[in-house]
Amino acid sequence: MGYTLSEKILAAHAGLAAARAGQFVDVAVDIVLSNDITAPIAIREFEELGVERVFDPERVVMVPDHFAPNKDIASAEQCRRVREFARAQGLRHYFEVGRMGIEHVLLPEQGLVVPGDVIVGADSHTCTYGALGAFATGMGSTDIAVAMATGRTWMRVPETIHISYHGSLQPYVGGKDLILYTLGQIGVDGARYQTIEFAGPVLEALSMDGRLTMANMAIEGGAKAGLFAVDERTRAYLDGRAARPWQAYQADDDAVYVRRLEIDVAQIEPQVAFPHLPENARAVSEAGEIVIDQVVIGSCTNGRLEDLRVAAAILRGRQVHANVRCIVIPGSQQVYLDAAREGLLEAFVTAGAAVSTPTCGPCLGGYMGVLAAGERAVSTTNRNFRGRMGHPDSQVYLASPAVAAASAVAGKIAHPASFDGQRDEEKAL
Amino acid sequence: MRLRGRVWKYGDHVDTDAIIPARYLNVSTAEALAPHCMEDIDPTFAAQVKEGDMIVAGENFGCGSSREHAPLAIKGAGVSGVVACSFARIFYRNAINVGLPILESAEAAAGVESGQELEVDLEAGEIQNLVTGETWRAEPYPPFMMGIIRAGGLVPYTRRNLVAGQGTAVVEGRGNV
Repeated sequence: MGYTLSEKILAAHAGLAAARAGQFVDVAVDIVLSNDITAPIAIREFEELGVERVFDPERVVMVPDHFAPNKDIASAEQCRRVREFARAQGLRHYFEVGRMGIEHVLLPEQGLVVPGDVIVGADSHTCTYGALGAFATGMGSTDIAVAMATGRTWMRVPETIHISYHGSLQPYVGGKDLILYTLGQIGVDGARYQTIEFAGPVLEALSMDGRLTMANMAIEGGAKAGLFAVDERTRAYLDGRAARPWQAYQADDDAVYVRRLEIDVAQIEPQVAFPHLPENARAVSEAGEIVIDQVVIGSCTNGRLEDLRVAAAILRGRQVHANVRCIVIPGSQQVYLDAAREGLLEAFVTAGAAVSTPTCGPCLGGYMGVLAAGERAVSTTNRNFRGRMGHPDSQVYLASPAVAAASAVAGKIAHPASFDGQRDEEKAL
Repeated sequence: MRLRGRVWKYGDHVDTDAIIPARYLNVSTAEALAPHCMEDIDPTFAAQVKEGDMIVAGENFGCGSSREHAPLAIKGAGVSGVVACSFARIFYRNAINVGLPILESAEAAAGVESGQELEVDLEAGEIQNLVTGETWRAEPYPPFMMGIIRAGGLVPYTRRNLVAGQGTAVVEGRGNV
């Protein structure tokens, strides 16, 4: 009987010939990540361990992105703590404001993630890197402190759910819609303690940005990791970017899966996940009349160049509805620069949207777009838990950049196709 | 190790934003986080919770963010332990790592109401409703994890292993964690 991607990667990092789901293993890690919210606790626990140096200053990565640029004095103190630790330890990959990005946009872009890696991060969306065939998972600060000190961590080898996508995509349906639809099928704990292997012809044709969006939200199904097989698209993405040599692993044809799902994408419309769980996915045409106050386009889920291109194509030459605040947040300095060069930022500003420097800010109700009581937002982020973006009586609807941009213009949840045919250049979309 | 306290009961999918809203994550000590614990789903909790009280919940407790601030806030509020049908994976690790006792038992979670008194024998994995007298057995911890719990968390456990020259946590066996 064969092995899954998770079993192969974890066995290799545990120095074992093979490992099976359910087994506890002690694995070497390739990258240990934390941010300005989680690193301060990790640093405190690291110091508590009595270890002087991190196991490898090339492999311990810190990114102040959640409440950075500093949102208040307490956040400034947390960022300073991270900065001072990074300097004292000589961390090569500490990313300062002005040279940073949202961690899960930044690390793949900088080539710090390669296939076959085991990556642990004190951020639940660390699973994003599964798009590149890395076994990447979120942990808490104390686990990260121990990994920073020893370069190792314990894992339970997870069972794997195999989800295969086939059929032809409808217009305006992308990675975000596929993952929201999938969450609607399996539920927010449908993959708890397990890995999802994303596969099938639809995903072979999906861009790397779309794959990163899907892997990013594996955690919203409770998954430990969400993995894609390495293919030509992966290799093209890594060309000239990968910071380290890498090895691709492949699941065996006779690998043992706990569950197999086949999804015919032809039936999938652009999706909207209603409050207050990501599993509350509905087709946008069935959303009804939901008047909104704010739109956020960005985050580790949808803050990449392709996402901004999609949003700009809809916003260009139109105006954000008078009753809507539209906030666009490029996911990294590189995305920001590329978007500027392509004229996307001009399209946003001309349309009446605000463009922010990279930050996680509004996604978790930190700053840069906190919601008041009773307000509704359409957001390209990943969570719509009660109070997630602000007041506990506010509401978040999760959607793709296309739906978010269309909704910003309409002032209510809208299908991007509702603007089709209104302008010539859109027929090419 | 025995825990005894009054029950605060909640439903399924209590997420980490509910346990400690992100707007309070500009601080990181248990003492500073505790006054905001459960604030958005139960504004009475932090003011009324007493030392030793226990949280009982449904499926997938602690889903969402990896923030260790969540078990820290619960611990800081004086809660002695959490019993749930199931826990989200990251929360489970975090709770063990910071020394917050957690037990999985769907039967216990179903058989307890808010305000009732609960007693837990952690070593035996036994949960008793002191009002009804009903007793349940929780899923046992894998042996190495019991070692982390006995050591008082992952940091003292790892420190001991580092001193012993083992370098890192020793794990073995199989389990459903």
